[in-house]
Amino acid sequence: MSQPEGTHTPSAEELRRRAVRARQARRRTTIAVVSSVLVIGALVVLVVTSPGWDVVRSTFFDVDYAGEVLPAVFAGLLLNIRLTIVASVLISILGLMLAMVRTSRAPALAPFRLLATGYVDLFRGVPTLLVILLIGFGVPALGLSGMTSSVVILGTAAIVLTYSAYVAEVLRSGILSVHPSQSAAARSLGLTSGQTLRYVVLPQGVRRVIPPLMNDFVSLLKDTGLISVLGVVDAIRAAQIESSRTFNYTPYVVAAILFLILTIPLTRLTDRFLHRSIERQNAQVGA
Amino acid sequence: MSTPGGSVLSVHEVYKSFGDEQVLRGVSIEVPEHSVTVLIGASGSGKSTLLRCVNLLTPVDDGVIRLDGWDITDPEVDPDDVRRKVGMVFQSFNLFPHLTVLDNITLAPRKVHNMAKETAEAEGRALLERFGLADKATQYPDRLSGGQQQRVAIVRSLAVSPRLMLMDEVTSALDPVLVNDVLSTVRDLKGEGMTMVIATHEMGFAEQVGDEVCFLSSGTIVERAAPTQLLHDPQDRRTQDFLRRVHEAGRL
Repeated sequence: MSQPEGTHTPSAEELRRRAVRARQARRRTTIAVVSSVLVIGALVVLVVTSPGWDVVRSTFFDVDYAGEVLPAVFAGLLLNIRLTIVASVLISILGLMLAMVRTSRAPALAPFRLLATGYVDLFRGVPTLLVILLIGFGVPALGLSGMTSSVVILGTAAIVLTYSAYVAEVLRSGILSVHPSQSAAARSLGLTSGQTLRYVVLPQGVRRVIPPLMNDFVSLLKDTGLISVLGVVDAIRAAQIESSRTFNYTPYVVAAILFLILTIPLTRLTDRFLHRSIERQNAQVGA
Repeated sequence: MSTPGGSVLSVHEVYKSFGDEQVLRGVSIEVPEHSVTVLIGASGSGKSTLLRCVNLLTPVDDGVIRLDGWDITDPEVDPDDVRRKVGMVFQSFNLFPHLTVLDNITLAPRKVHNMAKETAEAEGRALLERFGLADKATQYPDRLSGGQQQRVAIVRSLAVSPRLMLMDEVTSALDPVLVNDVLSTVRDLKGEGMTMVIATHEMGFAEQVGDEVCFLSSGTIVERAAPTQLLHDPQDRRTQDFLRRVHEAGRL
């Protein structure tokens, strides 16, 4: 039964097993396809044949009207995207700083720990909309010289303040989830506490909290729409303007679809990235 | 291909590759009831992979593995049914850090074998008592020494009364004093008639507990014999080289 290096002819038993596995795989695929077609088909038939379908379709899914309002809604969406990008960068920085301060043990940082805790309590507890109203309308009312009165900037600032508190807590839980033996190993190599955090704890901790961070990111993208209360025209506001003109709700559906087109691929991409990094680390190779 | 009478574990011509690397190349072993087979060999020779194949943690590329004559490499076999009958102890303990020692031990009896909580805990405590760990029942694993953790891990896999125990370099992460604690635990098991396959670097231990010692090199069993024979009078040049290097390392 000895084989030359690198080549191995499968035995009859192995060939039989491969055939069985192939058959099992085929059966699973067939069952999945048949069950999907049946369930989804039944749902489609149920919806389309229901009594109110025609009215629903003309009120929510008017294709011609959708094409007509698309440019306006899309222009609004660009604002949501720009705000999300700017805000997420600022939130990452502020959130990370807060998380690091809250998990640090240095005595000198005690007052900052207290402040950071108070900050998180405050901004996580107050409704985002309220913060936006307070800052967006309140700050210009102070009439401070040199202070911007741009509602876009003030609205973004309000969102950054709120989301930093969320993100700080997510990052903190990630940092705390790394086993203390990891810090001990890093410190024993002579790394300072800062270096330990930067090169050992954060890389492990952040990876564990990527899914909840992704939640916050998607949620941020949607919540940028809240600053429309300050009079800014984003995708939602643009859709609202359109539909209040015609009493047809297709523009809202258009906005919803645009948001989904952004968020769904983003989630899939993160999932794939996460799986790959887990697999790379857990590869069972060698004896 | 037939299973000789009395074999608890029968491994026949098993092959396994990871990518281009052939880790097992036609390995066969027979482990009769109440006997201990010891696998020795350099790191990377395939010892751990062989154990993982027996526990179905790693699927084989070819060959047949039988447990009490039952072909567990058949694709229709549910791996969970196999693992219920096979205990495995790992090099790095792999205890659950969020559970107490007693909860670590009773998790499988309660959740897998549907044992009542009281019964499982009584049996768990009895096992801990037997291995001198009774006072650790309510502690968390991270608070124990490495030797104690490994003994808890052994008790954990014993708690489901396995037909066969697999031990993968269970002392490699321990200091010499703690090694003895763990090894005497394994000797006790041997005394009770537990059937085991043990991968180890401890040659003295291999000699004490082994009924048969197999020397693996590059994924094949180069030589197999009774412990005294293999460790003191090896026939194959590769076995001789390996044992010489082990002795040299011992002298440093």
